[in-house]
Amino acid sequence: MKVLINDIEHDLAEPACLTDALAAVEATPPFAVAINREFVPRSQYAGRMLQADDRIEVIRPVTGG
Amino acid sequence: MNSTASNPQDDALVLYGQHFDSRLLLGTARYPSPDVMEAAVRRARPAMLTASLRRQTAGPGTPGTDNGFWDMLGQLKVPVLPNTAGCHSIDEVVATAQMARELFDTPWIKLELIGDDYTLQPDTLQLVQAAERLIRDGFQVLPYCTEDLVLCQRLVDVGCQAVMPWAAPIGTGRGPVNPYAMRLLRERLSVPLLVDAGLGLPSHACQVMEWGYDGVLLNTAVALAQDPVAMAGAFADAVAAGRAAWRAGAMAPQESAQPSTPVLGTPFWHHGND
Repeated sequence: MKVLINDIEHDLAEPACLTDALAAVEATPPFAVAINREFVPRSQYAGRMLQADDRIEVIRPVTGG
Repeated sequence: MNSTASNPQDDALVLYGQHFDSRLLLGTARYPSPDVMEAAVRRARPAMLTASLRRQTAGPGTPGTDNGFWDMLGQLKVPVLPNTAGCHSIDEVVATAQMARELFDTPWIKLELIGDDYTLQPDTLQLVQAAERLIRDGFQVLPYCTEDLVLCQRLVDVGCQAVMPWAAPIGTGRGPVNPYAMRLLRERLSVPLLVDAGLGLPSHACQVMEWGYDGVLLNTAVALAQDPVAMAGAFADAVAAGRAAWRAGAMAPQESAQPSTPVLGTPFWHHGND
């Protein structure tokens, strides 16, 4: 199953949950996640199943104005 | 006098019921180095520090995953004000704000919804709805907006307990380009007003504080100064001076000269030139 993680295509074995996607990119805390422009709380990572073509954003804190 | 309180200790900035000793909010971007940023923050002693969110690139040890900034925020112990910089739609704003809330463990959000990439002007037609959604979701929203009176009033109407009009486009350092509208805004709205963006000099900050603005949010003017640490201190002093002047109440400008030294008893009065 192909999904986009931070705009890069990844092929995940089905079925896949959000935790699998985060492992695929070796996401390291601190980070937060949205799928298809919807925030996903940390507590829901394991239970959130992915669909083909999901767009996953893994974001981190950076400097800003 | 514009306030009955004469002691600066009694003059805290109050946002959403929370008291802040400083009226300067400082950005964390564009400094020459993390060490300089940290020193500037320690000099300015700001009420809040802004931060943002960007994509995590790859795994541990790769550029973009350095936690130095995160660690520094923890050490500085200054409240963090995450922003939604770069968002162009309400849905993006809401998702970004929710991610920021979890990441920084704070209800504060600086609402940025850009309508024009060239000027970074806020999308004034979507801003109110975005603010309303965030407030309904429990956020303490500080909206970056233009100095338009009706826009700011509508933001207050949907629950914003403070608004942050720009003085000029972000990063320009031009200072207030529309003093008339900014002063009118101060006259018409009673909520805290913080100038966000466009200030370049401490005198700009002092000016808006003399007009009765409640605080300023700065970044580039400090970060791109030749000596950011010294400039951070200069801005902090300017904000405090402007606030003190506002509270003291300025004299009314006069049309003609009026001697400050008493005229009565002037030596050689009526002696003429002979």
